[in-house]
Amino acid sequence: MKPILSVKQLNTRFETFDGNVYAVNDVNFELMAGETLAVVGESGSGKSVTMLSILGLLPISTARVSGHAFFNKNVKAVDLIVLPANALNRYRGKHISIIFQDALRSLNPVQTVGEQISESLMTHLGYGKRKSYRRAVELLEMVGISQPDKRYYSYPHMFSGGMRQRAMIAIAISCSPDILIADEPTTALDVTIQTQITELIRRLQREMGMTVIWITHDLGVVAGIADRVMVMYAGTGVEISPVDQLYESPQHPYTEGLLGAIPNISATGKKRLVSIVGAPPDLFQEPAHCQFAWRCPYVFEKCWKRIPPNFKIGEGHLSKCFYDLKLKQPRTEV
Amino acid sequence: MDKLIRIENICKHFDFKRSFLNLTKAPVVKAVDDVSFEIYKNETLGLVGESGCGKSTLGRLILRLYEPTSGSVFYEDTNINLLKPEELRRFRTRMQIVFQDSYSSLNPRHVVGEIIAEPMTIHTDMTRREIRERIFELINLVGLKPNHATRFPHEFSGGQRQRINIARTLALYPDFIVCDEPISALDVSIQAQVVNLLQDLQNKLGITYLFIAHDLSMVQHISDRIAVMYLGKIVELAGGEYLFKNPLHPYTQSLISAIPVPDPKRERLRKPIILEGEVPSPVNPPSGCVFHTRCPVAGEICSQDRPEYLEISSGHFVACHYAGVRKASEIAHI
Repeated sequence: MKPILSVKQLNTRFETFDGNVYAVNDVNFELMAGETLAVVGESGSGKSVTMLSILGLLPISTARVSGHAFFNKNVKAVDLIVLPANALNRYRGKHISIIFQDALRSLNPVQTVGEQISESLMTHLGYGKRKSYRRAVELLEMVGISQPDKRYYSYPHMFSGGMRQRAMIAIAISCSPDILIADEPTTALDVTIQTQITELIRRLQREMGMTVIWITHDLGVVAGIADRVMVMYAGTGVEISPVDQLYESPQHPYTEGLLGAIPNISATGKKRLVSIVGAPPDLFQEPAHCQFAWRCPYVFEKCWKRIPPNFKIGEGHLSKCFYDLKLKQPRTEV
Repeated sequence: MDKLIRIENICKHFDFKRSFLNLTKAPVVKAVDDVSFEIYKNETLGLVGESGCGKSTLGRLILRLYEPTSGSVFYEDTNINLLKPEELRRFRTRMQIVFQDSYSSLNPRHVVGEIIAEPMTIHTDMTRREIRERIFELINLVGLKPNHATRFPHEFSGGQRQRINIARTLALYPDFIVCDEPISALDVSIQAQVVNLLQDLQNKLGITYLFIAHDLSMVQHISDRIAVMYLGKIVELAGGEYLFKNPLHPYTQSLISAIPVPDPKRERLRKPIILEGEVPSPVNPPSGCVFHTRCPVAGEICSQDRPEYLEISSGHFVACHYAGVRKASEIAHI
């Protein structure tokens, strides 16, 4: 099977007055058609910046993006990184669309929700006014908004947080995209609403056959929805693996730490949470060695010398770590 | 077990300001409505609920940071709502609070040492030298370094700032601390650090906590007993592990079913009970049981009669007409 999106050696840095911020450092992954890839990491780990770099949504004045992101739908693959903005617009919204965490800030406050859905239909699919109205109402109904023909004329501030996120989803799926990027779509919502939105996205994925990249900081949510998981730390993908393997035997000390930090509600008796000492590094330094070395319980000399390469652990399971967590000894390099 | 705090029928209603020309009755928000419970010495009572359910208001009522509309809070045998201002000021040394936003609760113009010293200069007649010693003792206790005392809050990460907040609350040897979502704004690996710190301090110093949060899995991890709030009322209260095995209120059942399990095999089998709709406005709460508009098991009686808050078995309180009779999971999945 050929991947629908393959990202190679993606690097993003921001030029600021205080120096360069190395936000994304050598990220590589492939996205297979129809799968759900979860990207997990703490705030500042570069998960959103990676996606924004691929879509060319970062400010050109400060962001420097290099590397490749091949979108592979037709016969010929296109590199989204080198495409100029007008050519990129043929892909953004139509083939790849994104849902952001903060729905209120992502919607236009002075346009009705319906108009915003129609806008994307008219731009990308060339629909006329009447046709796009009808489709927009259909879409509102699909995402579970009651009285869609009335709600078409509502403004975003008249919606609750959950409904705004539903409206965002309606816009994102309006052109039946191949890839849907969900950037922490439930983080700002209440628990019961989170469940509703998660189920909605999963249902739409099944019905429309979309490929989904699900960005989150919650390893618990990931377990149920993802086929594969990429764990990010300090701007780089430290481990990528099929979901079952990742939870059974995490191969990067950071992943192991994250899994230990989640309280296990079914465990009898209370275990102490495993916490990772220290805090994430500041990204002003260009990485010259493993960025997790400061906080790593298994650190040894080699970790401070250079950046670890991707070690292949199993089928589709890669880890950027010199230490073998299974055998409790340093890995031998081939 | 000894009771530390007894809350009796406490209510807090906020009045909206009515404009001069508007002659209709001013709306009232019943943020906390007729709540009674007890907090035992040296325990952690978890308080969960969605945003706007009144959990923070309740926390502040217990500290008398708000004056209740009716009802009273007894601290051992003292009714703190009857204390005169000077008596209350002296009483305040025994009860403290840690807020969610660690940055806005620290004075940005004071260094950490001054921040921690302030409660002692206000409430005690300790000498400068004694205060100095106590500052370093506290800094050490919460896991910061002595040289941090001369730094400003903005130089710290979120987790460290929360440690500073905790150090300040401990300055006067309190018996009781309200933790108002202390970890919600922190990253997963840092959350575990703060939770472990809070537990260590409890074991060392015998403090009682009221732990407010919306993340039920973390609450279950840290709490001895858990109270669940919905729209200004406590709907269920029981021992933590017991509650997770025998939730009787349909709202609790749905909250527990919504917790993701960090294990792909079990997570795929999990069937969350998805509640429809959103939390109604507290200005105009539903008649009868406030939960009946979203309740999967509601019957006719629920929209008419308000269920009583009863002790259904020893230490297990619940307010539901169908407690133990109808189960949300059986009905929601037909």
